[in-house]
Amino acid sequence: MCLLGFGAVRLRTDMNRLLSLLFHQGVLDEQFLQLQHLQDQTSPNFVSDVVTIYFHESEKLLRNLRTLLLDKEIWDYVKLGIHLNQLMGSSSSIGAKRVRNICAAFRAAVEQNNRPACMRALEVLEHEYCYLKNKLHELFQMEQQRVLGDAVRYPGVVHQQ
Amino acid sequence: MYFWISGSSTMESCNCIEPQWPADELLMKYQYISDFFIALAYFSIPLELIYFVKKSAVFPYRWVLVQFGAFIVLCGATHLINLWTFNAHTRTVAIVMTTAKVLTAAVSCATALMLVHIIPDLLSVKTRELFLKNKAAQLDREMGIIRTQEETGRHVRMLTHEIRSTLNRHTILKTTLVELGRTLGLEECALWMPTRSGLDLQLSYTLRHQNPVAFTVPIQSPVINQVFSTNRAVKISPTSPVARLRPASGKYMLGEVVAVRVPLLHLNNFQIHDWPELTTKRYALMVLMLPSDSARQWHVHELELVEVVADQVAVALSHAAILEESMRARDLLMEQNVALDLARREAETAVRARNDFLAVMNHEMRTPMHAIIALSSLLQETDLTPEQRLMVETILKSSNLLATLINDVLDLSRLEDGSLELDTATFNLHALFKEVLNLIRPVASVKRLFVTLSISSDLPEFAVGDEKRLMQIILNIIGNAVKFSKEGSVSISATLAKPDSLRDPRAPDFFPLLSENNFFLRVQVKDTGMGISQQDIPKLFTKFAESQSPATRNPGGSGLGLAICKRFVNLMEGNIWIESEGLGKGSTAIFFVKLGFPGRVNGSRIPTHMRVPSKLGQSKFPGLKVLVVDNNGTSRSATKGLLTHLGCDVTTVSSGEECVQVITKDHKVVFLDVSLPGSDSYNVARLVHEKLPKRHERPLTVALTGNTDKGVKDNLMRVGMDGVVVKPVSVDKMRVALCELLDHNNNNKGIHEA
Repeated sequence: MCLLGFGAVRLRTDMNRLLSLLFHQGVLDEQFLQLQHLQDQTSPNFVSDVVTIYFHESEKLLRNLRTLLLDKEIWDYVKLGIHLNQLMGSSSSIGAKRVRNICAAFRAAVEQNNRPACMRALEVLEHEYCYLKNKLHELFQMEQQRVLGDAVRYPGVVHQQ
Repeated sequence: MYFWISGSSTMESCNCIEPQWPADELLMKYQYISDFFIALAYFSIPLELIYFVKKSAVFPYRWVLVQFGAFIVLCGATHLINLWTFNAHTRTVAIVMTTAKVLTAAVSCATALMLVHIIPDLLSVKTRELFLKNKAAQLDREMGIIRTQEETGRHVRMLTHEIRSTLNRHTILKTTLVELGRTLGLEECALWMPTRSGLDLQLSYTLRHQNPVAFTVPIQSPVINQVFSTNRAVKISPTSPVARLRPASGKYMLGEVVAVRVPLLHLNNFQIHDWPELTTKRYALMVLMLPSDSARQWHVHELELVEVVADQVAVALSHAAILEESMRARDLLMEQNVALDLARREAETAVRARNDFLAVMNHEMRTPMHAIIALSSLLQETDLTPEQRLMVETILKSSNLLATLINDVLDLSRLEDGSLELDTATFNLHALFKEVLNLIRPVASVKRLFVTLSISSDLPEFAVGDEKRLMQIILNIIGNAVKFSKEGSVSISATLAKPDSLRDPRAPDFFPLLSENNFFLRVQVKDTGMGISQQDIPKLFTKFAESQSPATRNPGGSGLGLAICKRFVNLMEGNIWIESEGLGKGSTAIFFVKLGFPGRVNGSRIPTHMRVPSKLGQSKFPGLKVLVVDNNGTSRSATKGLLTHLGCDVTTVSSGEECVQVITKDHKVVFLDVSLPGSDSYNVARLVHEKLPKRHERPLTVALTGNTDKGVKDNLMRVGMDGVVVKPVSVDKMRVALCELLDHNNNNKGIHEA
């Protein structure tokens, strides 16, 4: 029991540490905290639901971006802009600060018709996105383990988070 | 019938004295001839008269002429008839003769009588003719004078025109000399101007000499004084120094010289109402010389001309001076204009820079603050040791204070724009003071300062006003008191202000108006600290102003605090001032602010949620049916989660068309994300309004925008949005927005229903 308890505490600490790190790195901002704030017993998986939607959408957008950039000689700047705006919007909503900032830079490069800058921005974007995704997955895993751990500890009791 | 015998041979008897004389043939002949010639003459005289009178047009006495003619003709006739009477003649001849004689007698008497009248007249014609001749001569002379004067006048006009048509001093003077020389036929004409020192006259312009050598003549000479003392042209001696301009060329007789003064009027002499007074003593001298050896003399009209010209020149010169002056003034103004323009542009740039800075700092400063506050709150919820908890709480409190301070710096700029509005809410006045005291106590106890608080019993417990800012004011004042006191005590007293005590002798403009719904809170903070010198007191409330004397200059002493306080106090329709008896004698800060009595209607300034206090702090909106329109999946689900958390019944759609299809009158609020493509959001709002035209059925529209420009907000409000919320949206932000929106709406509805 104590071990499990310790584990839960340690998980919590680890989660907080990870979150702090992400904040410190500027990967996430306080909007993410807002989302966490909205998670309660009525919507226990709110954050992961929203983030899953985000991943889904973002991957689609990133694929589109890559297609637009690599396949054709002539780039469709308008479409590029639209996709980037979408990505920016979603990233702001969940508090993915770094991704959003890179989108902004990408958009600026598009406006200046600076091809090499666009290519670079896309690479960085994909890299950042992967990093974010991995870290958030880590976070959710820890969360799940904690929940499971709590459930094991106090079976049958509904928890306040 | 008897025969008259004249000179015939025999006569019987006659009563002659002399012996009868026999008719002599020779004598008879001569008589005969004479009579004939007399008759001839008699006949020809009237003919001549008639002839010549007919020739002349004017002869007033025709009737007399006729008479005279008749007389002569008759005389002639008589003499002619006489011819027949030398010898024996018939009675007819005698009758004719008699008739002729009778007629002649009549006419000649008449003529004689007539002539009595006429001859004096005729004689007087001659005198009249003489008189007329004299008159004509006189008129001729006068004509001559007038003509001369007219000539003079013409010359003067021409000259005036010439010199007035130019505003160039040099041209004026040169033209004058040339024209005068021409008009008056002068040999030489010169102008002497006073030098800068005023002691000499310098030869400046001459007519004949092209480049006058710079002669100077001292002003104080009798000749010159004589000329300057009168405004008439004065004849001077040709040998006087001012007239000695011509080369000595052995001329027999130098022409007469005339000099006249030309007043040099200065700009200042022209009063608006008065003619220029010749108070100036500066004159120039104009010297005119008639040709030598010409025996010409200066005539009166010529002198007059000279005087007139001198006056005109004076006026023209003064105009030229005025023009120079005004040109200089204009150039100066232009320079100043340019400088002002530059200054204005710099000021505008500065203002713009400041606004940009504030706009950026607005966001940039607040974001990290919020992050700190959020994370500290987060930290608070973790397991901490008591010391850690205390530290976190302190961090949180400090961060809140810092956030407030940041807000205030930004508020101050808004205060100065006039765009800040005070909040109004009911709060516990007594508790406020106690909290301030609690905040200040630690610092005070460290400095071993004794802090007392006295709240008067008639001060209401609850009041209506801006609690946060009132606290700020009190904290600032008390904080200053504590900060600047090294020892002693700080005493705070809060009272209900009485009408007579409201007047501050130092601020006679402050007329606090009491009413039933308001009262004035009077707070006095007295400390025994360093005091303030009299010269620094006025600057206390000036932001960033430092005190002058180095002794009192405190590194923490300058800043915004008091400036902000003053502005807030003013906004609360109050007054604040600080008194001090001098350095080292402590100081007393006193302020009044207007607060409202709780529970009473305060007038138009109350925002809507004061009237329904129960709605305050509503944290949930159970069952509120809302519609979220957002084409971004992530953002949509985040917003949905947020609204669900607040208790709303949320429907989501991903486009404007869907929104219009799905919307019903049960939906109370529609949230439109304005990053919808193609300004869909405006259209959607309009279509929604069209679909549900009735005001009480129509839902409220709220725009969610990531753009923080004030202009965008105004635009959105203008197209009919009921509210605007700036992303990123936090729970609190949404809650507050919904509260305000619904309360506002309810009140509006209330008005409609009532």
